[in-house]
Amino acid sequence: MQPAELSAVEIVAAIRQGDMTAVQCTEAFLDRMARLDGSINAFLKIDREGALATAAAIDARRKAGKPLGPLAGLPVAVKDALCTRDLPTTCASKMLAGFRPPYDADTVARLRAADAVIVGKTNMDEFAMGGSNENSAFGPVKNPWDLARAPGGSSGGSAACVAADMAPVAIGSDTGGSIRQPAGLCGITGLKPTYGRVSRRGLVAFASSLDQIGPMARSAADCALVLETIAGHDPLDSTSLTADVPRYTDLLEQPLTGLKIGRVPEHYAEGLDPEVRKGVDEAFAVFEAAGATIHDIELPHAKYGVPTYYLIAPCEASSNLARYDGAHYGHRAEPGRGHRAESAKGDQAGGESQQFDSPLVEMYCRSRGEGFGQEVKRRIMLGTYALSAGYYDAYYAKALKVRRLIRQDYLDAFEKVDLIGGPVSATPAFKLGEKTGDPLAMYLVDLYTVATNLAGVGGISFPCGFTKGGLPVGFQLQGPALAEPLLLRATDRFQRLTDWHLRRPKQIA
Amino acid sequence: MTKPAAPTSEPYTTVIGLEVHVQLQTKTKLFCGCSTAFGAPPNTQVCPVCLGLPGSLPVMNREAFALAIKAALALNCRIASFTKWDRKNYFYPDLPKGYQISQFDLPFSSDGWLEVVDPKGAFSRKVGIIRVHLEEDAGKSMHDEAAGTADTRIDLNRAGTPLCEIVSQPDLRSPQEARAWLNELKLLLVYLGVSDCNMQEGSLRVDANVNLHIPRPDGSVAKTPIVEIKNMNSFRSVERALTYEAARQYDEWQATGAELGKTPKQTRGWDDPAGVTRAQRHKEESSDYRYFPDPDLVPVTVSEQQIAAVKASMGEPPTVLRTSLAGTWKISAYDADVLVNQGRELVAYFEDVATRVGEGKVASNWLQQDVLRTLNERGETIDAFPIRPEALADLIGRVQKGDFDTSRGREIFAEVLASGRTVDDVVASLGIAAVGDDELIALCRELLAANPKIVADVQGGKEQAAAGLIGQAKKKNPNVNPAKVRQTCVDLIKAMD
Amino acid sequence: MTLARKDVAKVAMLARLALSDAELDTMTNELSNIVGFVSLLEELDTSAVAPLAHPLDTQNAFRDDVPAASLTTAEALQSAPRHDGECFLVPAVLGESGAA
Repeated sequence: MQPAELSAVEIVAAIRQGDMTAVQCTEAFLDRMARLDGSINAFLKIDREGALATAAAIDARRKAGKPLGPLAGLPVAVKDALCTRDLPTTCASKMLAGFRPPYDADTVARLRAADAVIVGKTNMDEFAMGGSNENSAFGPVKNPWDLARAPGGSSGGSAACVAADMAPVAIGSDTGGSIRQPAGLCGITGLKPTYGRVSRRGLVAFASSLDQIGPMARSAADCALVLETIAGHDPLDSTSLTADVPRYTDLLEQPLTGLKIGRVPEHYAEGLDPEVRKGVDEAFAVFEAAGATIHDIELPHAKYGVPTYYLIAPCEASSNLARYDGAHYGHRAEPGRGHRAESAKGDQAGGESQQFDSPLVEMYCRSRGEGFGQEVKRRIMLGTYALSAGYYDAYYAKALKVRRLIRQDYLDAFEKVDLIGGPVSATPAFKLGEKTGDPLAMYLVDLYTVATNLAGVGGISFPCGFTKGGLPVGFQLQGPALAEPLLLRATDRFQRLTDWHLRRPKQIA
Repeated sequence: MTKPAAPTSEPYTTVIGLEVHVQLQTKTKLFCGCSTAFGAPPNTQVCPVCLGLPGSLPVMNREAFALAIKAALALNCRIASFTKWDRKNYFYPDLPKGYQISQFDLPFSSDGWLEVVDPKGAFSRKVGIIRVHLEEDAGKSMHDEAAGTADTRIDLNRAGTPLCEIVSQPDLRSPQEARAWLNELKLLLVYLGVSDCNMQEGSLRVDANVNLHIPRPDGSVAKTPIVEIKNMNSFRSVERALTYEAARQYDEWQATGAELGKTPKQTRGWDDPAGVTRAQRHKEESSDYRYFPDPDLVPVTVSEQQIAAVKASMGEPPTVLRTSLAGTWKISAYDADVLVNQGRELVAYFEDVATRVGEGKVASNWLQQDVLRTLNERGETIDAFPIRPEALADLIGRVQKGDFDTSRGREIFAEVLASGRTVDDVVASLGIAAVGDDELIALCRELLAANPKIVADVQGGKEQAAAGLIGQAKKKNPNVNPAKVRQTCVDLIKAMD
Repeated sequence: MTLARKDVAKVAMLARLALSDAELDTMTNELSNIVGFVSLLEELDTSAVAPLAHPLDTQNAFRDDVPAASLTTAEALQSAPRHDGECFLVPAVLGESGAA
């Protein structure tokens, strides 16, 4: 069997048993990357040399009878928002082009310690801001199911990479849906753990109170395998949870009888594509047949999720991205067009409407103006505005209050049900360019996912069907804090009863 | 409670508030494990956190928070049971994250006071403290104008060092009071081990806010605009700057009549060599720091038990120590003040000596006149002082017993310091020995025989003339006790007849 | 909800973003739309609701005052656009301080 046809669980077992070497496995995936990524653009950096060296070292240790980590030989692609010491970390931005951090993210360190093979860094929306991976400074990612369509974002590269079997698992990050939505549009499984379950140290921050790292793979079982390694308390992340990490892989096989799944009528508003609706309804039916009961519940403040998110996230981002100023690292504009005194002579190409008080201020403004893309600038501007004197109460403080109402909705709902089910995206994968003209239209792709981050709870998405046009339809389960075992086993049960998750895109065999 | 300084001849009241930043004496920075040691080469005490590298996260230093609580309790502040950290957002190259982690609306402490009492009784002032909060320091930017470059050099070693910001009420009423209050604050914080408050090393920095209240003939009071003064590098500079600024503001008010509220708050920098304050560049936008709660840090709660535990571990602050020292050892308030101001170690030394000698006053005298003088001359601290309490107590004891007099004792003291030998050794080598009564009588008889005029004076009723023999006596035998010489001579003269 | 162009320009300076005239126009438009959209929150009465800055109830996360390894100077400067081997170099900042 080709490694690309195996699950992560199977790959790890095969390597441990000696049925396959780590080098063979890594080679197989590297070959696929070489053949396919030209048309998909899922990777910003493929580390052929480093990956093979790691794989060879693992093979040598296995031969010598030395103990190996739980992910030994498993190729993993890492979203370029996580710091890797040996590979550039760009967040798909010109601001950090070529930037090499002197340290690994906690997640990356744990993966390495588990003997995973890091094969490269995946493309993303710049600084994790976007829902289609069209905001990358290094070109958009194409959806492997239809190269004219977007894979979703911001972890579009990670999603496409798994969907095209260029790696069995990938690491993504999710601030308002950036794991779950692309997983849904690409037909794979993606988990956003409870806030604080996985350390954020080394994840380039977008919105600190919302960001969370998570696994993306073909199945819940594969996600569980990776989550076991990357979850856990990190004393160097103040927001990291101290709760023990369960053996997620051991907790998968349990029947669903008695499981109560909530269904939110509000989700089924006009904007919901009928084929998505059909897939979602069928998914509920599968859960019912498996012994779960479905209950209608309310999330009364659901409609305020997107505006709340699009205040809190940009406000935090405007501060988190202030460090990108060209002073200590990252892009610095070439000196020279001069500040107030010279520019008063008036020959400015580009017609700058700003005058700069000093060369330093000019350096800041031009470095950031050149280094950041449009969406990033928009959000920085929005966040700066909403935090500024006179507006704080009406916008940021207000949003924090609505956040508490949204969280309370979840706490109330989870008194009645164990999980909440529903769509992850209102439409299947949309065409590239379809939403880029209207920022608000793009923001609304996060409709079903932002509340999970606002409430700090966990969510998972997985395929539940296909449109007539052959595009994946995704289903989302959300659970209370630390309900990862439940989310994973419910999904795993679904994936034993269906085979949507095993489908591969034909277009790029 | 408050005794203002004697009214001056100035036709106005100077109103002063101080903002003090002290670096806390921790081993590591506030949010990361980099060392805070002073004087390291540039950018050798930095890490991803204090460099603000992408993906870095802060974690609060437990000891920094504990020291901050200590400082606030010593300043009689209320400690908040719930406190949080906020981001103060602005762009500057010594601030790598583009924001400073500080405290905005929920500082961990507020509403305290610190009193300063002039030991000579000239004034006392109880100064309110609005708040004490905890924040991180920025790095250093250095511009070398002489090198003629267009660059500024940035060293981030200091970025992330824990700072307590102490903001006083505008309760001070003179530059002298301000200086004295700063000294008291420094003493207190050094006593607590919170900070070494060394302005030369930057572990204490002061900005002052000052304006004048000028009574008008009609009974109303004109108030000049508040000026913030920065760049004062010593407590003396603070006093000088405030003195200058008060006079300048009065001149300006007389010339322009500008009053508080009508013009924006001005910032002026103190130029110590020139002895003037200068207006700093007016910023085109008043800073909008867009404070919001730092999402990377979780709030901190402080319980009553924790506060009680800190209080119990604090030891006596200087004000209490002065009183108890004076009371226990029967020394004057002035003497107690001098000793306490030298720090805990010297007080411990003093008490050790006084206990052994059995008397406070004589120990205090020796400490002030001999030990402190020597320490100052040599620039040493008491911990390094070669004469330990036992040795000094022994020396003083011998003087009290009469083995030799105080001035002889001082010679021994000096010789011990210079040579490093023991007191016994020095006493022996100087040939100091008690002078026996017979020997003394014999010596005095010699002197009387050689000084008939003095004998005649004494016989004529001027006993004090006998004192004139002391010098001669010492020349013959340096070990004689002057008082005994005089008395013996007088007795001998009286017995002559 | 329309934002004034000059207010948007002020925000751009606060955020240290250089925007051309054309960009400033577009940004004014887009921000106006977005701010209008997020103003939907005004519908809700939140007068009795406390803000939720952290989704967790975690408190009191501390570390001990124990030194950890620092970067070498070379590592610290490795990504600096300009440095002199010891310090970061930025355009001169003469006679101003950052914060008031």
